[in-house]
Amino acid sequence: MSAHTENHTHHHHKETFVTKYIFSQDHKMIAKQYLITGLIMGIIGILMSLLMRMQIAWPEKPNIIFKSLLGKWAEEGVMDADIYLALVTIHGTIMVFFVLTAGLSGTFSNLLIPLQIGARDMASGFLNMVSYWLFFLSSVIMVISFFVEAGPAAAGWTIYPPLSALPLAQGGSGAGMTLWLVSMAIFIASSLLGSLNYIVTVLNLRTKGMSMTRLPLTIWAFFVTAIIGVVSFPVLLSAALLLIMDRSFGTSFFLSDIFIQGEVLHYQGGSPVLFEHLFWFLGHPEVYIVLLPALGITSEVIATNSRKPIFGYRAMVASIIAIAFLSTIVWGHHMFISGMNPFLGSVFTFTTLLIAIPSAVKAFNYITTLWKGNLQFNPAMLFSIGLVSTFITGGLTGIVLGDSALDINVHDTYFVVAHFHLVMGISALYGLFAGVYHWFPKMFGRMLNKNLGYIHFWITAVCAYGVFFPMHFIGMAGLPRRYYTNSNFPLFDDTQNVQVLITVFALVAGLVQLVFLYNFIHSIFYGQKTVQNPWRSNTLEWTAPIKHMHGNWDGEIPHVHRWAYDYSKPRYEDDFVPQNIPLEKGEEELQH
Amino acid sequence: MMNLLIILILLGVTVAILQMVKIYDLTQGVNKDNSQIANDKDNSRNGYLMLAFLGFIYLITIISFVLWGDLPLVSNSASEHGPRIDRLMVITMVVIFIVQTITQFLLHYFAFKYKGEKGKKALFYADNDKLEFIWTIVPVIVLAGLIMYGLFTWNDIMIIDEEEDPLVVELYAQQFNWKARYAGQDNVLGKANVRLINIDNANILGLDESDPNAQDDVITTELHLPAGKPVLFKMRSQDVLHSAYMPHFRAQMNCVPGMITQFSFTPVVTTEEMRIRPEIYDKVANINKIRNKKSKALQANGEEPLDRYEFDYLLLCNKICGKSHYNMQMKIIVESEEDFKNWFNEQKLFKNSLVQN
Repeated sequence: MSAHTENHTHHHHKETFVTKYIFSQDHKMIAKQYLITGLIMGIIGILMSLLMRMQIAWPEKPNIIFKSLLGKWAEEGVMDADIYLALVTIHGTIMVFFVLTAGLSGTFSNLLIPLQIGARDMASGFLNMVSYWLFFLSSVIMVISFFVEAGPAAAGWTIYPPLSALPLAQGGSGAGMTLWLVSMAIFIASSLLGSLNYIVTVLNLRTKGMSMTRLPLTIWAFFVTAIIGVVSFPVLLSAALLLIMDRSFGTSFFLSDIFIQGEVLHYQGGSPVLFEHLFWFLGHPEVYIVLLPALGITSEVIATNSRKPIFGYRAMVASIIAIAFLSTIVWGHHMFISGMNPFLGSVFTFTTLLIAIPSAVKAFNYITTLWKGNLQFNPAMLFSIGLVSTFITGGLTGIVLGDSALDINVHDTYFVVAHFHLVMGISALYGLFAGVYHWFPKMFGRMLNKNLGYIHFWITAVCAYGVFFPMHFIGMAGLPRRYYTNSNFPLFDDTQNVQVLITVFALVAGLVQLVFLYNFIHSIFYGQKTVQNPWRSNTLEWTAPIKHMHGNWDGEIPHVHRWAYDYSKPRYEDDFVPQNIPLEKGEEELQH
Repeated sequence: MMNLLIILILLGVTVAILQMVKIYDLTQGVNKDNSQIANDKDNSRNGYLMLAFLGFIYLITIISFVLWGDLPLVSNSASEHGPRIDRLMVITMVVIFIVQTITQFLLHYFAFKYKGEKGKKALFYADNDKLEFIWTIVPVIVLAGLIMYGLFTWNDIMIIDEEEDPLVVELYAQQFNWKARYAGQDNVLGKANVRLINIDNANILGLDESDPNAQDDVITTELHLPAGKPVLFKMRSQDVLHSAYMPHFRAQMNCVPGMITQFSFTPVVTTEEMRIRPEIYDKVANINKIRNKKSKALQANGEEPLDRYEFDYLLLCNKICGKSHYNMQMKIIVESEEDFKNWFNEQKLFKNSLVQN
């Protein structure tokens, strides 16, 4: 005990294996934990999507892969309809929450907020550790739910009651749904702890000279994302708790007048539409919780690799804030045909199309940043440009879906699947990859192999369009999503060859992720050692020593004298001027 | 055993790919800088690939339109309001197409044109309020136009004019089938609640047996509609959420347990008329060609061939509702007013359909 106290008197107290690698309170280690957990969940999520794609393309055909992976859910190698819906559900849940929320925000907010604003660590290292371990726990519970008798939750990631509330309606609504709800409740607690920490850290722990208007756009994005999370996640928690009450304690918040399997249930007076409102009050902001960090990373990567200031810094910040505000008042566009008052449909159409404006501003600003640049095509840069491309392609079809009159006929078809996968799925995934390629040297002290990175990007980019571009067309043909097979509708027989093509692209895309995985694992141990500032970047994290240390900087934390985007500034010989370099005599800082 | 073999093969393929990559890497590394930071060669190569990728995006767009352009339901709508939605869809698609073509060009062309070279310096260009203003205001104007058009269309479709004396039909959803209930002579649906369902006397939709309005209601498993007459659908579900999706009529509304939702449209093209439209005729012929091919393969395996496909309007469930969601459908038949009356008169009235114990 006395030895323990003694250790604490030193500035850098000794770390055991457990405090360094497992219950670490260091933001850099927590970032790595988030990344690796997120990647493992990502592998599971992507694998599920491939199983679904194979089922859709070749239904009813016995398949040895199904047999070996799905066990009792694919006796004789033919996938069971229940497990198909379970795959739909858990794939969505894992990708949206565990990979693109926790894996993306968790990794890069943790890594970059203290390093880029010049702080020794997060405001509360302990809460940060608790946040990660709650996330880990919720991941484990979500994966375990696959092994319960009646199967995992299978009501779609939106878990609309009554389907999700009644075990009589669906096998997956029994123990599987209970585990889903418990897992998500823990996940939300984790997310809230993390977000509060990010907000407090950005507001209070900026180094001298780091005014809000000098923050890199990454930090702006993480900061605003955390605010959206704090505002909207509790609403989902409340919805989940009310649903638990309905399921287990006989209340009727979301249920009324139900006759199922020959019996009338006692529920009366509740409304499933209420659940939809509560769900989408988180559900839509969630899209931006996923997307904004990816856009933040892109801003940083594009500016650095274009050797140019990001174009329109103020407009970028303004559009992040505008998107954040609007994101909380557009949720109804998921519910145009839910039975809510048509007048509300008009209101939500209006607010939804408004959000296209800040999004357009961002896209144009990225394009202008490239103009007359000196583009360095590092893998991170390729993924960032890829992000802008899919963000535009996917975003544009949002104009169709956000328009209530058009939504009537494409709602819940493959058109929707194509739209949201491009605009938030692929885009955010590209953001995640861009971040990994760009900050890998900061995380592990070594570089990822660039040639493998190029292979990874180009094949993924071709396949992403190959999968999701044709999908719009079968959606416009009226093909509903979440159908286990389309063979009961001869009407859609002429879409089947498109389905096969999509699946082939998806399988190739899935396979090429192995190249990334190999690169990632191999480079952690054998990658080329990095130099101090490999991308010749302006932000503060590259002034910190390569070898990780508790507290980030030896001695004093650097002071900040300029914004983060002084690339190719005319009076300097170098094409970058880090934020900690004082202004020269007579040099004006850009007014922004 | 088979599983193990497959896993081993997959592992083997993976290792082979990785080894090949490694060899490639080693050959690249000889006598060259092995830095993992992009050099001029990388920039040039990837710059050209950016240009090629732009070509790929255009190509996949063209291929999609050529091969699958006839799949979308942007023509041949069968309801009165259908052409309005289709027109709005086409206008929106044209706008999207133009914006997509231009922005993807700028993005990838700039990426190609300004690919990095050692010693070159980028232009220090951080801000231009005029440009920001332009690309704020242009989307505002375009979107304002689309919003106005969209809202007028939406209001026209959704605001139901009861004075038109529409035919009232209830669409009743349950796992995993549909029923239709016609209001009958009085055109008023009898009161109903799932608590009144009595399987023993065949009161399957839970109608109030004492309600006079319920007596002449008619319950069917096929949806017949007279062409040219407005129909007001009242949707009800007995168990979970369903969605009544009638793509050919550009109509969709969720069925929500505990509440009644509604949607109204006027069917204008009868099933017979639709079948002889050239586009539909070709589509059906093409589908039958595909089915014939499949049938041959099935027969070779000693299985039953597929039925010949004939065009029919459909009501599909479009909200995930459980195991057999993928097969929850009802045939819709649009016919002349006279045919409809004849069919209707053959149906059993509710009061006569009950089984007396």
